[in-house]
Amino acid sequence: MSERRRPRLAVWKFASCDGCQLSLLDCEDELLDFVGAVEIANFPEASSAISEGPYDLSLVEGSITTAHDAERIRMVRAQSKFLVTIGACATAGGVQALRNFGDVKDFIATVYASPEYINTLATSTPIAAHVKVDFELRGCPINKLQLIEVVSAHLAGRVPQVANHSVCIECKRRGTVCVMMQGIPCLGPVTHAGCGALCPSYRRGCYGCYGPMETPNTAALAREWKALGAAPRDVQRAFRSFNAVAEAFQKEGDAQGPFREGTVHGRAADGN
Amino acid sequence: MATRKTIRVDYLARVEGEGALDLHIADGKVTEARLNIFEPPRFFEGFLPGRSYTELPDIVARICGICPIAYQMGAVHAVENAFGVTVGGQLRALRRLIYCGEWIESHALHVVMLHAPDFLGYPDAIRMAAEHGEVVKNGLFLKKTGNEILRILGGREIHPVNVRAGGFYHAPTRADLAPLAEMLKRSRDIAVDVVRWTAGFPFPDFTQDYEFVALRHPDEYPFNEGRLVSSRGLDIDIAEYENEFEERHVAHSTALHSVLKKRGAYLVGPLARYALNFDRLPASIQALAREAGLGPVCADPFRSITVRGIELVYACEEALRIIADYDPPSGGSVAVEPRAGTGYGCTEAPRGICWHRYDFEADGVIRAARIVPPTSQNQPSIEADLKGVAQALVDAPDDVIRGRCEQAIRNYDPCISCSTHFLKLRVHRA
Repeated sequence: MSERRRPRLAVWKFASCDGCQLSLLDCEDELLDFVGAVEIANFPEASSAISEGPYDLSLVEGSITTAHDAERIRMVRAQSKFLVTIGACATAGGVQALRNFGDVKDFIATVYASPEYINTLATSTPIAAHVKVDFELRGCPINKLQLIEVVSAHLAGRVPQVANHSVCIECKRRGTVCVMMQGIPCLGPVTHAGCGALCPSYRRGCYGCYGPMETPNTAALAREWKALGAAPRDVQRAFRSFNAVAEAFQKEGDAQGPFREGTVHGRAADGN
Repeated sequence: MATRKTIRVDYLARVEGEGALDLHIADGKVTEARLNIFEPPRFFEGFLPGRSYTELPDIVARICGICPIAYQMGAVHAVENAFGVTVGGQLRALRRLIYCGEWIESHALHVVMLHAPDFLGYPDAIRMAAEHGEVVKNGLFLKKTGNEILRILGGREIHPVNVRAGGFYHAPTRADLAPLAEMLKRSRDIAVDVVRWTAGFPFPDFTQDYEFVALRHPDEYPFNEGRLVSSRGLDIDIAEYENEFEERHVAHSTALHSVLKKRGAYLVGPLARYALNFDRLPASIQALAREAGLGPVCADPFRSITVRGIELVYACEEALRIIADYDPPSGGSVAVEPRAGTGYGCTEAPRGICWHRYDFEADGVIRAARIVPPTSQNQPSIEADLKGVAQALVDAPDDVIRGRCEQAIRNYDPCISCSTHFLKLRVHRA
């Protein structure tokens, strides 16, 4: 009996915490079915059996922070029919993009005794700044059910069904009382859905780990935060976290003042 | 004539993160074993200054997607240490519970999905499942149980959202925790089977004379608290860590190596915790360990897979005990008022101690941060193991040496994306 060729899947890592690719292994109930449906052609975190490209679908985790990685992502793109970025690092530079708002030379000197050994770029940039990306899955970390949907959709040749409204809609769906109404600053009104509105359900404000929703009104939200007592630097820190170089968040963070990350109240940080 | 060969493993599979190994052999003697890390630096200690203590648990979680709780716990304990806050009673118990979840999730992933295939000759757990389907399914259930603890108590498995200085944003009800008990009972039995199963694996004849370093608590197998002790007499408060340990920026390598100033390499992680806290395990688990062929000290790094199994049993039982005794606190957290000062935190990540120090301004803004992850501490011991393992197989074909070395690295479950200190290496050859 001839078997239809299984689509070849590859998983790639750049600067990241490994959490998004771990999401795939966290699909405990679906994992064995999933790996029956695809050929795991390159997934070094899970398997030492690695085969050459081309690949039908590449999942890319992490951001570009070295010259070597800027080359490597081009190689990945060249071998991949579809390229999907998974998570905030690959899609929006990740928390390591805080270097973009400071001076990477200061950061190196803070951490390492012999800065001359360190080989890194001054910025952390998303994958789409380097190569064409077919779909960007948001989140720090991604939602594993959305990951399964995105992979299934690409393999079936359809558009992934991933909602792009705000976290507010998710709160209303699960019946969570608005935390802003209780005086807790929340990024939910401008943040992309996908987590299921977790933070408000634990009685805290959303901290924006899924990045900006489509056409967010960040300026209005910044005003609301200040009405609740937040200082400009508090607002800036909120927008500068895991999606700090996503355009809408970067713009609103920058609008709060010229603060340089890695400094303490504007002074240079202590070394170690 | 001198015969010389260099074996290179360019991409180390089934390790979270990226690493590579260089092995130099001359005249039948292994002259150097060097583990290289491809992880680009992310500079957490560089960008933390200027951030608020309130953001710290969320930011440091992102150091590692496999052990975010370890970083969150180290951070909140350091904040509380600096601000003079004590978290006790049920909130303290909930912290142990969420840590049980991380140990179960991380150990189950490593033992069944990543490490067992080495011993049984498979490239991965997926192919292993073809002949060991039940074991893999049970292992996935065990892993899911750990993740379920993280999900219920933390909101999600990776980068949980509920941990804060002073406790939690929201404490669970008894009903929230009830479904975990049934899963944990089954998982406890699976973990016992894992201990027995791994005890029967083929182990190479290999032991090392390690200096073990771990936390030690007066009553408990350690998670969040205790003194820092070693098998060679170290016994210090965690605040004294920097007096005894240092990180060296090694010449010709770009990875920082953590060493004891007086004695050099040391070992953290399951083997160290177990050897230094065997008497803190319940008698039934001690008996299980003996049945599995482990003494109160295990100096065989390959048998760490069975020691992880013992810790899986312990974490399941400890989680069950905490859930049975749980009496919901009146609030999720105790009050935290920032003040200027320095705080220390050191907890037992699945891979070993994870040490933090933060200096704070009076308003709780971080002035300086230092984080020492477990894998950088084990780096010199990993290299010493590799040298020994390769020496024992020095006349074997390269593929055999390569395979055994990869297995030896995986003994450590190295979490290379603990990238506070791991860097790309440049090789210099004469």
